[in-house]
Amino acid sequence: MSDPKKEWPLWEVFVRGKGGLSHRHVGSVHAADAKMAIEHARDTYTRRLEGVSLWVVPSAQITASDPGEAAALFEPAEDKVYRHPTFYSIPDHIKHI
Amino acid sequence: MSLTIYAQRLGDDSLILGQRLSEWCGHAPAIEVDLSLANVALDLIGQASHFLGLAGAIEGKGRDADALAFRRDVMDFTNCLLVEQPNGDFAQTIARQFLFSHYQVLFLERLAAAQDERFAAIAAKALKEVSYHATLASDWVVRLGDGTDESKARMIAGLDWMWRFADELFVMDDVDAAAITAGAGVDKAALRPAWDQRIDAVLADAGLVRPAARRATLGGRTGRHSEHLGHLLSEMQFLQRAYPGATW
Repeated sequence: MSDPKKEWPLWEVFVRGKGGLSHRHVGSVHAADAKMAIEHARDTYTRRLEGVSLWVVPSAQITASDPGEAAALFEPAEDKVYRHPTFYSIPDHIKHI
Repeated sequence: MSLTIYAQRLGDDSLILGQRLSEWCGHAPAIEVDLSLANVALDLIGQASHFLGLAGAIEGKGRDADALAFRRDVMDFTNCLLVEQPNGDFAQTIARQFLFSHYQVLFLERLAAAQDERFAAIAAKALKEVSYHATLASDWVVRLGDGTDESKARMIAGLDWMWRFADELFVMDDVDAAAITAGAGVDKAALRPAWDQRIDAVLADAGLVRPAARRATLGGRTGRHSEHLGHLLSEMQFLQRAYPGATW
């Protein structure tokens, strides 16, 4: 807490729903440090048995893609449906695909 | 009879502290802290519901947890004086929680091992909740005590306010002795050294020292309360007093 009069920094919260699943972004909390962020994340996002594990990351540490470049970044993938593995015929005896 | 009172005391402690904490709802320093305090309040009110329900069942006169919570007058409440103390500022609230939650952890650890399974089951469930309350309160004691000059001064003042009510937590009387005989009791006096150790460790972390020892204020267990409890009840019981039996 360098300047207590300033608002606490923001932390992004990730929750693992149950063992084996990935942590998923669920929202954010304000907190003075990592320990407090975990407590606030616990009280804010796991009150209804939503998770078995928490990650918190300082929001300032996240680098986002530039929305202005969204067209160049993402649209070229639009007409490349062959990148999905949907053109293979699956033999009948193969399960769980 | 005395086992009824014993269960009722446990329920009253949790109920009154839960009600006190819920007064913070919408007023805490940050929305995250608001949620923290509300979560603790809800845990406590859940414990109260179990213990008061058990008290009513043992009594056998058809009174349920709601009847005990909302239709008793102030002299009939048997909570300790600590839990009815006013919230004051955030540090004073944390001081109260800190002293009580550490006591509750030690008490419920023993009660969870009691022969009487009705008490043991409630204690086992509540123990996980209060362990978190104790951690949360301790963290705040350290933050405030080891924070700014102002937060430190407020934490010291908060502990100073609450300290005289700590001794009552460990006082044993006939009701406690009878509960031990009945297989549901805990020797509270024996918890004191462990409690002192826990409190001192956190205070040391926070760079604080114990408030000066002073004459203990007692009376809650026998219905001799501070002026604060009546005001709390008038708000908590208003609906059932004004509209008896109302449900929704």
